[in-house]
Amino acid sequence: MKAVITVLGKDTVGILAKISAKCAENRINVTDVNQTILDDIFAMLMLVDMAEATIKLADFAAALKAEGERMGLVVYVISQEVFDTMHHV
Amino acid sequence: MNKRDIHDILETVGMIKDQNLDIRTVTMGISLLDCIRGDSKSTCAAVYEKITTKAGRLSGVCEGIGAEYGIPIINKRISVTPAAMLCATADPFELALTLDRAAKTTGVDFLGGFSALVQKGFSGGDLTLIEAIPQALSDTKLVCSSINVATTRAGINMDAVALMGEIIKKTAEATKDRDCIGCAKLVVFANAVEDNPFMAGAFHGTGEPECAINVGVSGPGVVAAALREAGDCDLAQAANIIKKTAFKITRMGQLVAELAANRLGVEFGIVDLSLAPTPAVGDSVAEILEIIGLESTGCCGTTAALALLNDAVKKGGIMASSHVGGLSGAFIPVSEDAGMIAAARRGSLRIEKLEAMTAVCSVGLDMIAVPGDTSAAVISALIADEASIGVVNSKTTAVRVIPAIGKKVGDEVSFGGLLGSAPVMEINTWSPEKMIKRGGRIPAVLQALRN
Repeated sequence: MKAVITVLGKDTVGILAKISAKCAENRINVTDVNQTILDDIFAMLMLVDMAEATIKLADFAAALKAEGERMGLVVYVISQEVFDTMHHV
Repeated sequence: MNKRDIHDILETVGMIKDQNLDIRTVTMGISLLDCIRGDSKSTCAAVYEKITTKAGRLSGVCEGIGAEYGIPIINKRISVTPAAMLCATADPFELALTLDRAAKTTGVDFLGGFSALVQKGFSGGDLTLIEAIPQALSDTKLVCSSINVATTRAGINMDAVALMGEIIKKTAEATKDRDCIGCAKLVVFANAVEDNPFMAGAFHGTGEPECAINVGVSGPGVVAAALREAGDCDLAQAANIIKKTAFKITRMGQLVAELAANRLGVEFGIVDLSLAPTPAVGDSVAEILEIIGLESTGCCGTTAALALLNDAVKKGGIMASSHVGGLSGAFIPVSEDAGMIAAARRGSLRIEKLEAMTAVCSVGLDMIAVPGDTSAAVISALIADEASIGVVNSKTTAVRVIPAIGKKVGDEVSFGGLLGSAPVMEINTWSPEKMIKRGGRIPAVLQALRN
């Protein structure tokens, strides 16, 4: 299963490192990373493959949300299927 | 990840984060026809057993999908066979308590189907069920009731219309210590649909399968944001933006419906293409109308703007789902829509305009508080007017009106949660009593020579 991690907030040192570390910890492979500025808000998107993950997406989403809150960031982990379904006929 | 993907991802995340995009309800329809036994106690026991067995995993599965896919699912609900069909042997009050208990056990938010279809007359348990509504809605928390009093093919059962005016007043009296909340759980329909996932009018029709999953999507906030971003485009372009947005919202509904049906081992029924508001700021249908260009909802132009919105929502949604059904359209419940509440408070939105609006959208005069001393005949006549709009236009219409006992125009009733709060609105008090007392049936309307 593939998923997209979206991090929104103020750009600070170590965001990518922290989120990547969480991925590695749970054997989640990062396949693509992109950063952009959206309405003055920093947005980082990570495409991840959870085929060998040792954690369920729901639990991983909750863990990243908590991690994000500690850094003052909003973090979403959403299945790629959602984006594919919504935006592709 | 190309630019397009990034745009799509950020758009979806924005919809969830800032624009209240969610799946409003996953509703499991359950047939109770095989629960009919020779006595009330056995029937109720069979009903409890069947509901708790079929829907035992409903809440858990929905929560799992919500967390796993990152899509908020707000309500889990159950709809059942119109309970009047079981009331030839079952005591309706005992049955209502059983349904409430079953709903609590399964952890759902509401259960609909304390219902009767009486468009042409009363049979078996219909009258006993209707008479039991005030006490049933007072003594239960999760049970919702609906009565269908008219169809395009049968006409309007005015005896039922007269009776429902009385029942609504009694239900308000029975729950007057709780802002008459019983009336918020009671809908009077014309052309009721059998696969509606929304409350309070959901029931599982007899033409439905044994068990089915029906999903209601939402997203007024998403449509509002898209229109706001588009700026001063013309109305055809506005309709196009609404269509595109509705498509995306509905695709999400279709995904969740398929997942839920699969995981529960139940047939997927329909996706209801609805724009269902909540009292939350930024989740309002009235706000969309005002972004289109009305100073305040209820002014001249409101019906036209709503017709555009309603049609575009359906056009956009229809291709996004394999099966579309339910009520499908923009809802205009006053108490559940922050923009409607504001418009009613400032006096621009009146009941007469709301009635006109119901001719072009889903569903009817919904969640409207009127003064507590409004007579039963006036309420019945309001139902008859609304039913006529439905019958003549071959569409579903409904009345969910709350006579706010002890309150007058300008006061407020508050139900909390999704049911919201409503200002008590002025209603025409000239008496229609003589007409209502005549009773009988208004004949089915001509289906040709339409004007």
